[in-house]
Amino acid sequence: MPEKIDYDAKIPNNVNLSEDRRLQRALEGWQPKFMHWWGEMGPTLETQGVYLRTAVSVGREGWAHFDHVNVPDYRWGIFLAERDPDRRIAFGEHKGEEVWQQVPGEYRADLQRLIVIQGDTEPASVEQQKLLGLTAPSLYDLRNLFQVNVEEGRHLWAMVYLLHAYFGREGRDEAEGLLLRNSGSPDAPRILGAFNEETADWLAFYMFTYFTDRDGKYQLGTLKESSFDPLSRTCEFMLKEEAHHMMVGTTGVDRVVTRSAELIREHDTLDIGPHGGIPLTLIQKYINFHYTVSLDLFGSETSTNAANYYTAGLKGRWQETRRKDDHKLTDDARTLEKPAEDGTWTSEELQAILLLNLDLRSEYVADCQTGVKRWNKILADAGIDHTFRLPHPGFNREVGINSGHHVTPDGTIVDEATWQAGKSKWLPTTEDLTFVRSLMHPVYERGKIASWVAPPRQGINGKPFDYEYVYLT
Amino acid sequence: MTTTTPVTFDRRPDEYRHWRLHVDGEVAWLEMDVDEQGGLVEGYELKLNSYDLGVDIELYDATQRLRFEHPEVRVVVVTSAKDKVFCAGANIRMLAASEHHWKVNFCKFTNETRNGMEDATEHSGQTYVAAVNGTCAGGGYEIALACDKILLIDDNSSTVALPEVPLLGVLPGTGGLTRVVDKRRVRRDLADVFATRPDGVKGKTAVDWRLVDELVPRQGFREAVAKRAREIARESGRTGEGGIELTPLEHRHVDIEVRKDQATITIKGPENDPGDLHEEGANGWFLAMTRELDDAILRLRTNEVEAGTWILKTVGDPEKVLAHEQTVLGGKDWLANEITHYFKRTLKRLDVTSRSLVALIEPGSCFAGSLLEIALAADRQYILDGPPIDDEDSDERATIRLSEANFGAFPMGNGLTRLQTRFYGDDDHLAWLAREKDHELSAAEAVELGLVTDAPDDLDWEDEIRIALEGRASLSPDALTGMEANHRFVGPETIETKIFGRLAAWQNWIFTRPNASGPEGALRRYGTGQKAVFDRKRV
Repeated sequence: MPEKIDYDAKIPNNVNLSEDRRLQRALEGWQPKFMHWWGEMGPTLETQGVYLRTAVSVGREGWAHFDHVNVPDYRWGIFLAERDPDRRIAFGEHKGEEVWQQVPGEYRADLQRLIVIQGDTEPASVEQQKLLGLTAPSLYDLRNLFQVNVEEGRHLWAMVYLLHAYFGREGRDEAEGLLLRNSGSPDAPRILGAFNEETADWLAFYMFTYFTDRDGKYQLGTLKESSFDPLSRTCEFMLKEEAHHMMVGTTGVDRVVTRSAELIREHDTLDIGPHGGIPLTLIQKYINFHYTVSLDLFGSETSTNAANYYTAGLKGRWQETRRKDDHKLTDDARTLEKPAEDGTWTSEELQAILLLNLDLRSEYVADCQTGVKRWNKILADAGIDHTFRLPHPGFNREVGINSGHHVTPDGTIVDEATWQAGKSKWLPTTEDLTFVRSLMHPVYERGKIASWVAPPRQGINGKPFDYEYVYLT
Repeated sequence: MTTTTPVTFDRRPDEYRHWRLHVDGEVAWLEMDVDEQGGLVEGYELKLNSYDLGVDIELYDATQRLRFEHPEVRVVVVTSAKDKVFCAGANIRMLAASEHHWKVNFCKFTNETRNGMEDATEHSGQTYVAAVNGTCAGGGYEIALACDKILLIDDNSSTVALPEVPLLGVLPGTGGLTRVVDKRRVRRDLADVFATRPDGVKGKTAVDWRLVDELVPRQGFREAVAKRAREIARESGRTGEGGIELTPLEHRHVDIEVRKDQATITIKGPENDPGDLHEEGANGWFLAMTRELDDAILRLRTNEVEAGTWILKTVGDPEKVLAHEQTVLGGKDWLANEITHYFKRTLKRLDVTSRSLVALIEPGSCFAGSLLEIALAADRQYILDGPPIDDEDSDERATIRLSEANFGAFPMGNGLTRLQTRFYGDDDHLAWLAREKDHELSAAEAVELGLVTDAPDDLDWEDEIRIALEGRASLSPDALTGMEANHRFVGPETIETKIFGRLAAWQNWIFTRPNASGPEGALRRYGTGQKAVFDRKRV
């Protein structure tokens, strides 16, 4: 398997596409459909060139190459992490066996479903962020938006490659279906709920890239453990790119908090809305919303499907190989906290294998906590006595054991009326959203930035903040 | 799983937990909205509109009411009130936890309900349309298959599926396999692909393979379905108004007595002369008796699993039975039609009941015409040739009567009458019987005509019957079930006989095999995250 990416090919790749006529034809048939989709559903704002990162090889050196690129000409392609010829299955009933280079017939439907669901989320966020370019707070942010968008596009390619290469005609049909469903479409919505929500403003974008893309990181992390080696290698490379999206989210929220802190100090009031800043309470509401919608993406706390996927070796746990247990989990137990009818929390002991979604979610929650700590440190350093918190995992949930219960951010189970009365304190209201939107004016001048967000501490690839990251018409 | 409280089958729409029935002129909407916590038995949650016997009992009640209470309804739209889920089928945890007989009885009842939906379409012009608005798997698709038309939401992700073979190691138990090829005429190779795919088939492919009839866009789905329903309603021949209310069941005409391994069902003939069918409504003898018999069969089947022999008796005046029968079979309007078909379906329920059925014809009984069908449905018939056992001076003698009702009104699942089935291929005998209708037949004549198994006299009667019943009860109940089902359905196969005979037999076998029900079987392992272990030998 050559590591070097063949950039002369119509579709850049490191999978020897030129030698596989069937796959080449299939992907070349899909490519114009993808371009059409990008034209229809991709970023609205037209640019003359964006300073983008492109992979030229998957090794340490070559995967991040920077240059100005006309966005629709971005070379989307197929890059798999290098193959480890000794890799063995790390968990489930096939533990210890060689990993699979082909899809076992027995797991074909399950693997296809997993890939389709993962694939469906990738273009969805591009669609959700379609209009954001029109209100970017700086050229730096605009560039980051496009970077995230083209890479989500490439992640779609990654999943489509798998569908085309390993799942025959049905795989090709599913690959086409990924372009036919659209975020929020009344006729053919995206499969998962969170990907049909609007990303209407830049604070939402930062929150989305922090919380929702982070779910993506954990899902990819479990697929990286897959016994189906091409899926594992694809996800491994996607994870490298995904890390940047997290950075956009983490530093994005940082910068909003930093700017709000500045305005609070400057005007000596928490009510900084009139001064063009976003109040801390409103930031907390955004955290509450995006965090909980993202928790829903982990699915139900108890899941037979997840257990089946694990036993079969299709989808592992986060950092499976570092776990110190038998990697089969048939004899382990774990406790599940759940709301009771009488308004208290009870716990139930269940087989660990049935709680894999909860296991993954716990890893995710711990990770989300680090961002909150960061943001609180910014406030503390500015001498502001206010802290952000992640709400209780039972709060505002549509999926799993908490759905159907009313849980406040601090984890109290309340009745419908109390919940409704508190809702506007906990989640963004229409007025809140309108206010944030009112701040969203585009700033396309080099070195300038919108009133509600601080400039980044570092530019991209060592470039300064006032670098011309995006050439506009 | 065992229940301690007996299961009842009497339901009322305002007390449904799992369905919403809403009638809008000639179109009725039957929306599935299963209450997760509303399982009939403890120990499982009815997630994703999955169903158990309790859910199906309500569906059965709704289909009955639509026929009797809503003669104006020409189309019944079956859909889901939940978002993105039509129906996930029978609840697997319920099946996995159930005892064998419960699983089989559940399948039987759901089959009868599905057959009843098709019967409404065929014989009452009340066409069922499935509006599949989300995931539709297993028994969920089997509900859709029982409908005349299947409309599938075109959202690029909803599928129809029969995942039992790949996911559970069992068969779709409610006619899925049979209806796919026999009713919808899906090509057998495509049916094979379909039934081995756990993820099912969506969109255009589902239409191309004939698994569904039409795709309907997600936006405006309900309006489009309503419009289609009105179009189909226009093609229906059903006319009628002034439905009658199916009032709560009373046990006035059918009496049940259970003694450990034996149940006796006694049907009481009418006491009065027939009145106007519509005026009498649910109180009219024929309908009331049918409802009670239907209920009796269901309750005995579900709650009295060790009562392996059922003794069928009647008490009353044969003349009055025939007079009531005349108002139903001679009546030409929708209500007469409904009662006829309801009695037909109830007899069919008896035909497929896995109990030894023995009819005892004694002086004072009224096995005439329609009620004689009950005796003909039995595996054996004994007529007492002599005076009543407790009154040897009486001149009363047991008789039976053939009427027009025995010659086509109540066909069995194989499409034949019970007489055609009894005398299969013997047209001369059937012609002879036709000449013998409308008059009393004595015990000797009944023997000569081949209408009874034996005619013991009053000296032998008690011993003969006791020995016959005790002998029966000593045999393997499984072997009896198999033998009876074989003998009852001679001649041609129909969709119904395939479902009840062929499919149920296979399912029965598979349910007891270790590959499905063993500790490492697919049904037991389902939901544990562990994979089933199969014995790979093909049997």
